[in-house]
Amino acid sequence: MINTFPGNAGHLLVIISFVTALAATFSFYKASQENDLAKSWLKTASLVYYLHVAAVIGVVVALFYILLNHLFEYHYAWSYTSINLPFQYILSSFWNGQEGSFLLWIFWNALIGLVLLHTNRTWKAPVMTIYALVQAFLASMILGVVISDVKIGSSPFILLRDALSMPVFQINPNFVPEDGNGLNPLLQNYWMVIHPPTLFLGYASTLIPFAFCVAGLWKKRYREWIRPTLPWALFSAGVLGLGIIMGAYWAYETLNFGGYWNWDPVENAVYVPWIVLVASIHTMIAYNKSNTALKSSIILVIATFIMILYSTFLTRSGILGNSSVHSFTDLGLFAQLVVYMAAFTILSIGLAIVRWKEIPSSEKETSTYSREFWIFMGATVLSLMAFQVIIPTSIPVYNAIIEGFGGVSNLAPPADQIGFYTQWQLWLSILIAILSGTGQFFWWEKMDKEKLKQVLTAPLIITLLLSGLIIALASIREIPYMILLTASMYSLVANSFILYSVAKSNIRLSGGAITHIGVALMLLGVLFSSGYSHIISENNTGLLYSREFDDEVNQKNLLLFVDETREMDGYQLIYKGQRLELRDREGYIAKEVLRATAKHDYFTVSEMVQLEDEILAKGDTVRVFPENTHYEIAFTKNGRTDVLYPRLQLNPQMGNVVSPAIMRGLWRDIYTHVTVVPPTDEEIEWDEPTEQVIKPQERFFLNDQVSILEEVAILNAQEDPSVAGADLAVQAKIRVFGKEKEYLIAPKFIIKDGMIGRVPDVSKPLGLRITVQTINPEENTFTLKIEKTQRDYIILKAVEKPLINLLWLGTLVLLIGFGVALSRRYSDFIKMRDKGIE
Amino acid sequence: MKRTHIFGIVIIAIAITIIISTAGDASSYVSFTEAKEMAEEGDNGLIHVVGTLKKTATGEVVGIQPSADMLSFSFLMIDENGLEQKVIYNEPIPNDFTKSEQVVVIGSYKGSEVFMADKILLKCPSKYQENNLQ
Repeated sequence: MINTFPGNAGHLLVIISFVTALAATFSFYKASQENDLAKSWLKTASLVYYLHVAAVIGVVVALFYILLNHLFEYHYAWSYTSINLPFQYILSSFWNGQEGSFLLWIFWNALIGLVLLHTNRTWKAPVMTIYALVQAFLASMILGVVISDVKIGSSPFILLRDALSMPVFQINPNFVPEDGNGLNPLLQNYWMVIHPPTLFLGYASTLIPFAFCVAGLWKKRYREWIRPTLPWALFSAGVLGLGIIMGAYWAYETLNFGGYWNWDPVENAVYVPWIVLVASIHTMIAYNKSNTALKSSIILVIATFIMILYSTFLTRSGILGNSSVHSFTDLGLFAQLVVYMAAFTILSIGLAIVRWKEIPSSEKETSTYSREFWIFMGATVLSLMAFQVIIPTSIPVYNAIIEGFGGVSNLAPPADQIGFYTQWQLWLSILIAILSGTGQFFWWEKMDKEKLKQVLTAPLIITLLLSGLIIALASIREIPYMILLTASMYSLVANSFILYSVAKSNIRLSGGAITHIGVALMLLGVLFSSGYSHIISENNTGLLYSREFDDEVNQKNLLLFVDETREMDGYQLIYKGQRLELRDREGYIAKEVLRATAKHDYFTVSEMVQLEDEILAKGDTVRVFPENTHYEIAFTKNGRTDVLYPRLQLNPQMGNVVSPAIMRGLWRDIYTHVTVVPPTDEEIEWDEPTEQVIKPQERFFLNDQVSILEEVAILNAQEDPSVAGADLAVQAKIRVFGKEKEYLIAPKFIIKDGMIGRVPDVSKPLGLRITVQTINPEENTFTLKIEKTQRDYIILKAVEKPLINLLWLGTLVLLIGFGVALSRRYSDFIKMRDKGIE
Repeated sequence: MKRTHIFGIVIIAIAITIIISTAGDASSYVSFTEAKEMAEEGDNGLIHVVGTLKKTATGEVVGIQPSADMLSFSFLMIDENGLEQKVIYNEPIPNDFTKSEQVVVIGSYKGSEVFMADKILLKCPSKYQENNLQ
């Protein structure tokens, strides 16, 4: 029976949250007017906002209820969950769909709004007006209401029968599927539980600086809006940065793109607002002394939010189409997203233009020796970095616009995305590193020529010494990399000096120095792990590709036959065979010893197996993850062996999905994934069979490997129930001496009721199928039918990524820096607020 | 002239360079015929061609030839104008290659006979929607 209650309740609550958001906008607006009624309007507005928050929480609860109780009559539950899905992945299925991720965004906004309501006094009404208006737009995205053929929003509470026109619903409208489609196994990863909430918290919090800025322009408090904004801007930059890096880390671990950053449009869509946000933080810090910084802060804060709106449009309208690997599907929200983006763009830019003349400005030139000059330069370079990324990312938009006007446009994104973005971002990063090192000196001390020489000498000497050493030791030959290395080292050293002197006087002021050290470490990490990412499996075989042209081409992949050693880049690689990961124990188990049982994830073992800290006897039952095949590969270098298990997943939504295995080291990661795997059992093609007549104990060759027919044993029904009632049942035991280990092949020969049954045995690692064809009692020989196929193999790509840990370490340091700065700026704000100024 | 003006001019110059570089490095979607003309005119830029794999009447993919060591392969692709072209790719055959509904190859002509792909994007049937495989 269909349970329509949670869906109806949820839908109603969405409508309530939309209406209350509008009502809150109106009443906060009234409360922001300077008249006698303002106070009572503020009370009403706060009440309405509380209602709104309650409604939003209600919507979240309703959707959760549907997912947790497996109500597959709902399209959302059916699409993204299944009965066996563990709790934490039901959590991630919540934000798997577009509607759910909008809801997550609305939820964070609602909660942050509560905090704003309680921490602000004079800013409360105007800020919340803008805030609630944005909430109304967001809520409209999941409204799911049709008004005279215009669909507004896409509701997460649609019933399956309304979403899909399947014939079964005509026969039985109350049909409920037994199980759902399940969550894409690629997303069944702990990063997918925490990455989206973090990213959306970052997204949601970018609204706060925007709301304060617009409120400041509106209420003509051109300077005062910055102090309460700064802690939030730092919070937002920290959280958004963390969210981005989490996504990068997930991609590195789970996808087979070969890295953590791909300059994919979806990645660019978060990178750009983040960079602009960071630029705005810099100018906001300098606003007190400089009117130029004040004006640029207004521009950058507005630009950050517009970029957030634009990237929402890019990723959710379906416009990216072919150019992205992981864009959301189109829900028909194109027009609505355009309206949302246009509304706030026009509102904010319009307001800024109207007020521009009134904003304090100065005609005085900023001196090169002023701190503002350096901050301003930094913000400018950051803006250029963002600009350089957003221009090519928008190529599909240009095509759409040209085609919208009836033109033809066949512009495609740059063919080599990574190379294209890197050539610009590299040089701009060098500027950032230099500015962040030098700017800090100007920030903390009044500078002139002499003083500058004095403070810069020591850091410069140390930088040059260290960089020279590293360049020599790591044999860095590329000029741009040398420069980036030196610049990053300079930023690291200079900021360490600053950190030392600032922390001595007041540790609370050290946020800037720590953050910049983090950035320098990240740049170094990116430089080494990407610049010197090096394909171990590459080999120049000197093969000509094709007779049609004669370029020699390096092979980037390596063919590994099972149990055969290949030398590669100082490593010895051995592919040891196919494994399944154990679910009830630690470790992996060879696929060939597993025999199926009635349950799809339980297997019995066919022979004794030595696990890491346990021995399994023949017939023991184990539980495994049957959908993931792992390929055990041993890497040996300088006497040290590491074992990696890259995997192939039979993914019901995506076919075969390859995931890498990463060998983590302090100095470098080895990242490897299989590019080709042998065909599955059904697809194997066997060669023409040959026959050999063999005596027991006779040695012979099988596929060039010494083998022996050890014995032919009589089987009884107790050992093997499948031969019950047979007149004769024997099993040949053929031992094959492989290079690394021995294999046993044991075909059976059964006579029952005058009929001969031959049960061949297959050794997949060896690529052999052997059948006992006839028994020749007179000669005491056995005729074996031998069929060959390709031996078990994989094609592998292995990449070394040096010093990638610096990137993760740098991220951590960056976040600590944001945290320190945040706590300082927040207490500044509280002090001023409690004095009654803000 | 004030320093701010010079600064402004420099920024605008960089921004214009960025736009020009984007226009210069942007690739384009073309057919094999156009791609060949470009190569003959000496333009070695990488371009995108959209098409499908060659199939028999019964829907079986034909014309895939792996190299002897299986580390690279060639295949026959039909572009949107119906022109058939042999494409070589210096990577092993991607998973589910034959199941793809649409193939985008990014590369250029080497000589007049062979199109060399640097990258292949696959668009898989709707069952696999929301994702593609590289």
